[in-house]
Amino acid sequence: MIIDWQPLLLTFKLASVTTAILLCIGLPFAWWLANSKMRFKPVIETLVSMPLVLPPSVLGFYLLLAFSPAYWFGQWLDRVAGLRLAFSFEGLVVASTIFSFPFLVHPIQAAFQNLPRSLTDAALVLGKSQWQIFTRVLLPNIKPALLSGTVLAFAHTLGEFGVVLMIGGNLPNQTRVASIAIYDEVESLNYAAANVYAGVLFLVSFLILLAVYWLNRRAAK
Amino acid sequence: MIQASLKKQLHGEQGEFQLALSLHVAQGEFVALFGPSGVGKTTLLRCLAGLEQPEQGSIKVRGDTWFDSSNRINLAPQQRQVGYMFQDYALFPNMTVYGNLAFALRKGADKKRVYDLLDMMDLGELQHRKPNTLSGGQKQRVALARALASEPSLLLLDEPFSALDAQIRVRMHDELLRLQKHFGLTAIIVSHDVGEVYKLASRVMLMQSGAIVQQGIPIEVFSAGQTTGKFRFTGEILAIEPMDILCSLTVLVGNQIVRVVAMPDEVAKLNVGDAVMLVSKAFNPMIIKL
Repeated sequence: MIIDWQPLLLTFKLASVTTAILLCIGLPFAWWLANSKMRFKPVIETLVSMPLVLPPSVLGFYLLLAFSPAYWFGQWLDRVAGLRLAFSFEGLVVASTIFSFPFLVHPIQAAFQNLPRSLTDAALVLGKSQWQIFTRVLLPNIKPALLSGTVLAFAHTLGEFGVVLMIGGNLPNQTRVASIAIYDEVESLNYAAANVYAGVLFLVSFLILLAVYWLNRRAAK
Repeated sequence: MIQASLKKQLHGEQGEFQLALSLHVAQGEFVALFGPSGVGKTTLLRCLAGLEQPEQGSIKVRGDTWFDSSNRINLAPQQRQVGYMFQDYALFPNMTVYGNLAFALRKGADKKRVYDLLDMMDLGELQHRKPNTLSGGQKQRVALARALASEPSLLLLDEPFSALDAQIRVRMHDELLRLQKHFGLTAIIVSHDVGEVYKLASRVMLMQSGAIVQQGIPIEVFSAGQTTGKFRFTGEILAIEPMDILCSLTVLVGNQIVRVVAMPDEVAKLNVGDAVMLVSKAFNPMIIKL
């Protein structure tokens, strides 16, 4: 039996890129949410949490419409950046970023909110800039949440199916990630290949989550 | 050194009230803010530190304007160089004792100051420990050392010793006084503790619902100028027991437990845990050389 490893590689590539982007956007965003006293904050929090409850196909459907060159956003992207996000790897990255956003933001936001306000106050009085306070006081004290948020976002992207199917389709080397490949192989009654993909995903997810729980238990001691 | 007058609307437990007061503190003075909780003592300190903004007024320190509502001046806390001791210590959990102090140093300051302070506060052996492994008294010493590490001109203390037991508290008082004299600091402390105010402050300001209602040297303020007794002690009531016609009061004065008798109508206003002053007039004590 010859196993095509491409879907697995693509899955890990997608999860890594997505997680990296999420960290860059989600970390400042979580900090902002934790400190914001804005009136519309509940609306923003709701939007962030929507991917938790929406069927992935709903999100995928809207993204497909948005990315499509037939509509203004897709046209605009195509004209300005030359990007066609529908049925492309870049499109998957954008969709996964949105889809996994709450998994990263929630634990980190909660951790920021749980830090005593006096830590920031103390650092302010000691003459530290907001950047110094963020990097040297706040971030180091939310390490466990940072780890769980990052890992959950990564693991969640690994297991994505609905959104990918809607906007990525099943293009080899482009959008054919492992979860899609499993479905595809089962459809064509190729259970052995499906078994390999499924087994790898299962094992990797298990190991990642185990590492998080184990590290957080050690950090709590 | 400090000239401030400010106004700020506060939401207390008994509804809204206004913090409205003016304040003059001389260089090197140790002033206590005394009064029940929720009258704006902490808010006043936070306004001085720049952590909160008054709605109106001005704060001038050594001729520099820190805050002026009419000219829209409001220096950030980073620019005010105050030392602040928080009620919950606010030590950085991710840093060691040494790290907490070193983090507090101003830009370009000599690391030697950290070692000097560790030495002075007897923290040398704890310098590699993290805050969550320290006792309350140790954390308190680290917090004080950290506040001093930033070379403040003004030291603000928000009920710093309320969580400590009496013995450690007395030691911390001595330590604080020594350091305040050593660095020539101007200090403002928020306190609920009559004994503490007596011991530390050269002037006390009584605060009530946002205003300073009385100020002066502690002994005058607390005795309200009514008594002329030769012996005055402050203490805390531990027990009130009725006897035939009189009542017996057990009072903790310093570390000594004193039992005194009182008339029932005097006792009617008192509760266990109240701070009281024991005054004895026209009384000729025995003096025994030790």
